[in-house]
Amino acid sequence: MMTFDQNAFLIILTASLIAISCGLLGVFMMLRKMSMTGDAISHAVLPGIVIGFFVSGSQRGLEVIIGAGILGIIATLVIDWLRQKARVQLDASIGITFTLLFAIGIILINLLAYKVDLDQECVLYGEIAYLPIDLWISDSGFNFGPRITYLAVLNVTLVVAFITLLFKELSLTSFDENFSTVIGLPTKGINLALMSMVSYTTVSSFEAVGAILVVALLVVPPATAFLWTKKLMPLIQLTSALGIFIAITGYYCAYLVDSSIAGMMVAVSGVLFLGTVIIKGKKSNFTFELPWKKSRLALEDKTL
Amino acid sequence: MEDFLYFFTFQDSSIAFVVIGITLLGLGSAYVGTYSFLDKKALLGDAISHAVLPGICLGFMLAGEKNPIYIVSGAFFSGALATFLTSWIRNNTKLSEDAIIASILSIFFGFGVVLLTVIQKSGNPEMAGLNQFIFGNAIAILEEDLYIYGGLAILIIITLTVFQKEFSLLVFNPDFGIAVGYPMGLIRLIFNVLMILAVVIGIQAIGVVLMAALLITPGAAARFWTDRLHKLLIISGIFSVISGIAGTYISFILPQMPTGPWVVVCLSFLALFSFLFAPNKGVLSRTISRNKYLRKTHQDHLLKALHHAIEEGKKYLTIEEIYEAFPYQKQKNNKSIDDLIKNRLVTKNQNIIILTNEGKSESKRIVRLHRLWELYLNEYMNIAPDHVHDTAEKLEHILTPEMEALLEKRLNFPKLDPHQENIPRDYDDL
Repeated sequence: MMTFDQNAFLIILTASLIAISCGLLGVFMMLRKMSMTGDAISHAVLPGIVIGFFVSGSQRGLEVIIGAGILGIIATLVIDWLRQKARVQLDASIGITFTLLFAIGIILINLLAYKVDLDQECVLYGEIAYLPIDLWISDSGFNFGPRITYLAVLNVTLVVAFITLLFKELSLTSFDENFSTVIGLPTKGINLALMSMVSYTTVSSFEAVGAILVVALLVVPPATAFLWTKKLMPLIQLTSALGIFIAITGYYCAYLVDSSIAGMMVAVSGVLFLGTVIIKGKKSNFTFELPWKKSRLALEDKTL
Repeated sequence: MEDFLYFFTFQDSSIAFVVIGITLLGLGSAYVGTYSFLDKKALLGDAISHAVLPGICLGFMLAGEKNPIYIVSGAFFSGALATFLTSWIRNNTKLSEDAIIASILSIFFGFGVVLLTVIQKSGNPEMAGLNQFIFGNAIAILEEDLYIYGGLAILIIITLTVFQKEFSLLVFNPDFGIAVGYPMGLIRLIFNVLMILAVVIGIQAIGVVLMAALLITPGAAARFWTDRLHKLLIISGIFSVISGIAGTYISFILPQMPTGPWVVVCLSFLALFSFLFAPNKGVLSRTISRNKYLRKTHQDHLLKALHHAIEEGKKYLTIEEIYEAFPYQKQKNNKSIDDLIKNRLVTKNQNIIILTNEGKSESKRIVRLHRLWELYLNEYMNIAPDHVHDTAEKLEHILTPEMEALLEKRLNFPKLDPHQENIPRDYDDL
């Protein structure tokens, strides 16, 4: 039975917010051809999360976010170092960096398993279904509501603020890096800032959707939207709309087959993506175009 | 220590099986991975290794238990589907390759997670075995698993060895392959099959998340030690086997530890060591040879300055004149002068620098090379005399005696360079 109660509303709201923040950053990652770097960062923040967790003793600490942010930046710098100084080709430097950092994270989780309430599965898939019972309760006992929803609201606010403030710089560096360097923009700084935002978003969302599924939300909605439009603003709007649609459909599909909500969200986005490729792909366009129409177009071209 | 002996003397036959298994699959994936690294498709391996998860889950659901045949074929089919989709989307859309790979990777993994949670909720008691595929557990390789995984690994190694020529053609120059009539499409298909097989057999020991490292890292590390393909394959195989066994050993003595992360850490350590310390290509040796070259060029420039002074009729240069000729580099100048004194090319008397006899002939050699090259550019390349200096400034440090002899012969032992300056010979007096 489909139901729509307060819990469903909270879960869908939070999931939409997470999908929107990931999608907004993902658009710029995709335009910079750095989707795999996003993937790498979302794996690489794991040791930072574990260490922050260990230092602060809880997953609510600011240390977790700082730790993950630092690790995200380290991952970006290591990838650059491997590529430029050690001259390892780009794909291999990404692969080596994120597998190493992720492996260290898993080892740390196992070493600190007694002290840290964090398991591998949670890190990988997350669980948004527990959201309504994970409440933020103040010292005086006042119940503010679900904690992760607040995190998602904060996250989406910061991401939107970041993109609005740096919109011009971000688009310029994404489309023409050399030109923006020439006119004096701090290209590397902007890049690092974007990477830090990606790390922060990963951390803020990993409890709900897990480290690997964050990648899906970073990459798949922008890639799907990119097949429908080639303009930046519509691309951003469509990506956000897709995020909300994915959250709603994912929730109800997961409800139907009784499975992970985050996993189902990714599955839904996958279906959308593959459907889009089938509709908008070059070959299908070609076959849908009727031969006589095509020849008439060619004729018009000639007369012009 | 006891554990160490127990492990490495193979008293327990199950440990022997595990070590044989990890050796074979390490070799297999290092072989395939090295080729895909050279093909610059390293991240496709990452996509495939995440993409096998739904296949594993489906295999498990169909068999109702952890049956290696069902799981291997399920993993193979979903890996194959992911590979096919990747190349199909690349040919059909304008999306960049990395966006496609990241999308396929995360979509398949998402489907896998959905299936995994469905199995979890079904309460199948065999479920615990399935979790090992995420991070790997080499110790859990049983004898009957070994026949399948080991057999496939041997198949991969043999195929790659027998068809080495075809696969190198695929990696280095597929267009040439097409031109001379090789079925490159078929070869690529077989190579993709081998890559998927390597991932499928690796996941039991390493796990789906980190399997990419076993494909990417050995080849990238070995690339720093050699330029020859067969040596590259051997070295990457050795790296992969060493880390495989080390990782297995650690998860043997610490039973709660999964194998995969430790294999990856060992492998990355070897890779990092190679990046830093490999002869010729390592960061350290490149920095050293660069500094050596910079020092040599600066010494050459000092000798040249002394030579010019003699040409202008001075017998020597004072140290202040040298500082003036190469401003803002006092320390570097001092270091170079010390080195030149050590090599007995100059002598220093208080603050006067004079060329020795060896120094004179060395400085003449450098100036000669410079001017010969200028003349060559002018005569043979028709470059104007006022444009030849900069190139000659670079080449004077690296022209070999053989090149010098050749230039002398071609230019017919010239007396003057394009600027009408004397080309000094060893027998000339300074």
